[in-house]
Amino acid sequence: MDLFEYQARDIFEKHGVPVLAAAIATTADEAEKAAETIGGKVVVKAQVKVGGRGKAGGVKLAENPKDAREKASAILGMDIKGHTVRTVMIAAAAPIEAEYYLAILLDRSNRTFLVMASVSGGMDIEEVAHTAPEKLAKIPVSAVDGISSAKAKEIVAAAQFPAEVADQVADVLLKLWEVFQSEDATLVEVNPLVKTSDGKIIALDGKVTLDENADFRQPDHQGLVDEAGENPLEAAAKEKGLNYVKLDGEVGIIGNGAGLVMSTLDVVAYAGEKHGGVRPANFLDIGGGASAQIMADGLSIILGDKDVKSVFVNVFGGITACDSVANGIVQALELLGPKATKPIVVRLDGNNVIEGRAILKAAAHPLVEQADTMDGAANRAAELAAK
Amino acid sequence: MTIFINESSKVIVQGMTGSEGTKHTRRMLVSGTNIVGGVTPGKGGQVVEIEGHNLPVFNTVAEAMAATGANVSVIFVPPKFAKAAVIDAINAKMPLAVVITEGIPVHDSASFYTYAQSVGTTQIIGPNCPGLISPGKSNVGIIPADITGAGPIGLVSKSGTLTYQMMYELRDIGFSTAVGIGGDPVIGTTHIDCLRAFQDDPNTEAIVMIGEIGGDAEERAAAFISEYVTKPVVGYIAGFTAPEGKTMGHAGAIVSGSSGTAQGKKDALEAAGVKVGQTPSETARLLRAIMGR
Repeated sequence: MDLFEYQARDIFEKHGVPVLAAAIATTADEAEKAAETIGGKVVVKAQVKVGGRGKAGGVKLAENPKDAREKASAILGMDIKGHTVRTVMIAAAAPIEAEYYLAILLDRSNRTFLVMASVSGGMDIEEVAHTAPEKLAKIPVSAVDGISSAKAKEIVAAAQFPAEVADQVADVLLKLWEVFQSEDATLVEVNPLVKTSDGKIIALDGKVTLDENADFRQPDHQGLVDEAGENPLEAAAKEKGLNYVKLDGEVGIIGNGAGLVMSTLDVVAYAGEKHGGVRPANFLDIGGGASAQIMADGLSIILGDKDVKSVFVNVFGGITACDSVANGIVQALELLGPKATKPIVVRLDGNNVIEGRAILKAAAHPLVEQADTMDGAANRAAELAAK
Repeated sequence: MTIFINESSKVIVQGMTGSEGTKHTRRMLVSGTNIVGGVTPGKGGQVVEIEGHNLPVFNTVAEAMAATGANVSVIFVPPKFAKAAVIDAINAKMPLAVVITEGIPVHDSASFYTYAQSVGTTQIIGPNCPGLISPGKSNVGIIPADITGAGPIGLVSKSGTLTYQMMYELRDIGFSTAVGIGGDPVIGTTHIDCLRAFQDDPNTEAIVMIGEIGGDAEERAAAFISEYVTKPVVGYIAGFTAPEGKTMGHAGAIVSGSSGTAQGKKDALEAAGVKVGQTPSETARLLRAIMGR
């Protein structure tokens, strides 16, 4: 889960990373009040989980509270790369003398953690990595040993931070490690980390990604979920414990196993090229459990998507038996009754497939048809969606 | 021959007394796996009867190894306790630890992987994987044993159900070993480890490699194939239609910016001379054409 900048700022503050005074606002009124409380010049920053908001006009300097109100009013509701701005952060303005970059992340390739540090901060770090790789220090961090004081000093030296800020930066790095480890983060990034004109080091903007697998030991993280920004279908699916991602096509997909479902989306997209360019409408993995209730929950989410024109249920019975999947589909359609209105193409294979296909055949539900192969089923579902 | 497991594998089940552990111990026994016991801390000394086998339960992996001579452990312990279970296996110098558990925090898996590397005596497969099967010889994990039998194909995959699908597509030819390496961002055994083992296994004639979006494991595997693998390899990549920034079921299956895309992986494999199928069935056809089957 990616956090908003203000959430990252709050987590930084909780762990002692130096940040500026700030408050969030969802209305121009609140923005003005926040600016009054903070005092002096403030920066009004759009809170969206996407980069490039400065270029899009989502970050503005305000001279006084009234100006903050106007700037907030312009930014709130703005669309930045498909993300609607619902919240702005009002932060104290700081006189910046230098901009640095500091991040701790999971390095998948090397199966370890990595610190990236640069004295050329402020800009897109991928750009720096590409155009001036010598300016970006990359130092592996052991997942067992972590970052000690000595390691922090070594990293700061390797990144060639100026001597006058080295101790402060090393201290910030230690605190960022605490954030990374104790919050189960997979990314903690500060860009820019600034040196103010009075020589202080401050995390001016931050990005934090949290590992949802750790939710069982991170009870506070539930409160960080952006419910307003969630797609309503995704939110409904999450409530039912379903692994669902909304996409923009017309063929609803249900399958078992993440890999098979991803593959199903691709196969439907290829098939759709022959049928007016129809595409998959969602990712939905029902996992090993294909009970009537799970199938009904899945189908009702998918049939609740107004873009869906047909549904493709693709199951390979491994542990799951196809007869229980077939019973699940039949019972789900009974549960849904008149709410089930779209044609459903079912492809079953694997464990108990003969029994499963026979159950669907005997039920003879008018909306359900079977296909023998994944490719054939994808083609039929795409054809039905194109009608 | 096979890779990683064979008819002489002696397997213990960590978490055997839990519901998932018991269920899959039964399935593994039915498929002929030599299960010699289980480990559940605090339940040492008990004997559990599963499928007519009286299986001793131990408190630690070290005790289980000493008593049974086990050389493989399969782990069905819930995410909360999985790290401790894997570390127990590493401390006991268990040669192979197969972690089936889904949902382990990546800080835990990075930590036990790093620890395993430093001790240097335990190979980890997974986490978040279906395990592996050498049909007719040993089945460690949750892969159905009745899809196909022994044969000359080696298979390595990040995904469980795609492994089953591909085994089914090629069921008339059969497999030396099929390895599900798992869909998490940090896994103990990579595509490369399996490609190397299949290349070195005289009974594997051709290799199927299944990847998916996220990370750069497939790109690295492509480079490895160019320099090391002389046996024919066909590939399949899932996730061409996945949007950027969304996790697609597997914790590791995410396109970040321009990295981790299916197209990038396909291009890298093709540049290494690997034929990549557009669908699982096309991938199977490509392999058949190469093998003349």
